[in-house]
Amino acid sequence: MLSLQILANGLVLGGLYACIAAGFSLVWGVLNVINILHGSFIVLGGYLAFFAYVKLGIHPFVSILIAAPLFFALGYVLQRSVINRMIAAPVLLSLTLTFGLDLMLSNAMLAAFTADFKKLTLDPPLGVVSLGPVVLPVDRLAAMLLALLLTALLYLVLSRSRIGRAIVAVRMDREAAALMGVKVKEVYAITFGLGALMAGVSGPLIAMIFPISPLSGPVYLGKAFVICVLGGLGSVPGAMIGGLALGIVESFGALWFGPEHAVTLSFTLLIVILLVRPEGLLGRKGYA
Amino acid sequence: MKRDAVIGIVLFALFALVPLGGEAYWLRLATIMLMYGVLAMSWNFIGGMAGYPSFATAAFFGLGAYTGAVAQKFGLHMGVAWLLAGLLAIVFAGLLGWALLRLRGHYFAIASLVVAEVLRELVNSATDLTGGGMGLNLPLPAMSSVDAQARFFYYAMLALAALTFAAMLAASYSRLGFGLRCIQQNESAADMLGVNTTLFKVAAFMLSAVFVGMAGAVYASWVHYIEPPDVFDVLYSVKAIVMVLLGGAGSIFGPLVGAVLFLSLEELVWREFLELHTGVLGLLIVLLVLFLPKGLLSLSQRFARQKRPA
Repeated sequence: MLSLQILANGLVLGGLYACIAAGFSLVWGVLNVINILHGSFIVLGGYLAFFAYVKLGIHPFVSILIAAPLFFALGYVLQRSVINRMIAAPVLLSLTLTFGLDLMLSNAMLAAFTADFKKLTLDPPLGVVSLGPVVLPVDRLAAMLLALLLTALLYLVLSRSRIGRAIVAVRMDREAAALMGVKVKEVYAITFGLGALMAGVSGPLIAMIFPISPLSGPVYLGKAFVICVLGGLGSVPGAMIGGLALGIVESFGALWFGPEHAVTLSFTLLIVILLVRPEGLLGRKGYA
Repeated sequence: MKRDAVIGIVLFALFALVPLGGEAYWLRLATIMLMYGVLAMSWNFIGGMAGYPSFATAAFFGLGAYTGAVAQKFGLHMGVAWLLAGLLAIVFAGLLGWALLRLRGHYFAIASLVVAEVLRELVNSATDLTGGGMGLNLPLPAMSSVDAQARFFYYAMLALAALTFAAMLAASYSRLGFGLRCIQQNESAADMLGVNTTLFKVAAFMLSAVFVGMAGAVYASWVHYIEPPDVFDVLYSVKAIVMVLLGGAGSIFGPLVGAVLFLSLEELVWREFLELHTGVLGLLIVLLVLFLPKGLLSLSQRFARQKRPA
């Protein structure tokens, strides 16, 4: 029954991973920009929830509601003021630009929050729940469900709302969308805002489960890379499948090879998938 | 080519005079500058000429550093260890490039970025061989004084930089350089016109690895102690790119100019903002990308264009 438990752990992790990667994948797919800042946004969201809980007693599930508009605004302004200028530039320049921005943000966090790890521990703890042979901590389970809910919400926004359809249209064909009256610049900024929002809301969920430090941004960024490549670029279902797949791979990998090889395993997977099936498990060819 | 070669020779001859100045601080700085020059010039092969956004510099650097260190641990002579580091880096780059260079754009960038992470984790877990997270101490070279050591490593780095420069100059004016520039402009067209794009790209990738690997090994011997997060630092990859961008991608002297400027800026930032230096570094990168994406050498061209009547 051990493998059932490992599978459940993997799915719980995977739900969180889906939420981490959805916004990253959206920005990459629509703007064709790899947002290196994404990992630091997640960490910043985590700190927001940590301090809201420790200083003000706000439950992390509630602070998600605070994080969402803040991060949307942050992303929107950042795209409008800085990133938009590099949107048509070669990969190298936009990538280097977000890298520079990330150095600034992570250094600012380091100065503000110091380098030690912080973990948001709920008091009183929520305990565990057992489903047959599988035992899961309630806070993890809740975080996963919430992560999946948020990811599903993003999917609904993209597939049902007017702005969501505009975003998808821009992703499919920017020129045609512009000719149909879509304000591409505005769509770009909103997309980047949504990407930042998804990072900002997954931060509190992460902080409940893993200790965070200003320097742990790259860890989550790396996971977002792998998930995008696994699931295919720019689609929410892709991020969902990729996230769950990575969660399961990581938990079984930890069992078979030891937890210290988790990074090696997932990055090796990334390179293999890139070589064998660059469009991702769900992706369509020639669509990136 | 002749003119560039002459300028290069004069430049490196001037560099050779630096130790006569004597001060240890400046010598240390000059050694780092030459190392940066090697990284930047090497990146120029793949990034500047072929236009492939490689973030693999850190991987080659770390691989070279650990190859050199482990080889010396097994009793090999320092110079042999350095050569071995270059050899392993070039073989590794050949195999890796053959696999990765069929990717383009973001995918290539990311794949090359994670190589360093994978190598770092492998080195971290191979504790018996590499010391893992505890790092590895290197033997001190038998030399009379600390000053003599500093001079020795300066000249070693200088020789390596001169070698890299010569290789870049030769490549730039050969079929290889021409083919790589074709690939940068339009890879499909280059392929159709008979440029063996795979071979050329892999060759560029190998050239971008060999000197970086040796620089890693020289660096390891120079500082006597290496650990995975130090030598596999992704900042090496980013710095190489930024230096080339600063000087002008694809040009002959751009990477060197960029290395000198970048190190000066970095040193200033280090001294003035000890706590915030990565942040200020980030700011510099952002400003550079936004306002000077074609490098400082492009400024003169821009002014020349403006003067011309419309």
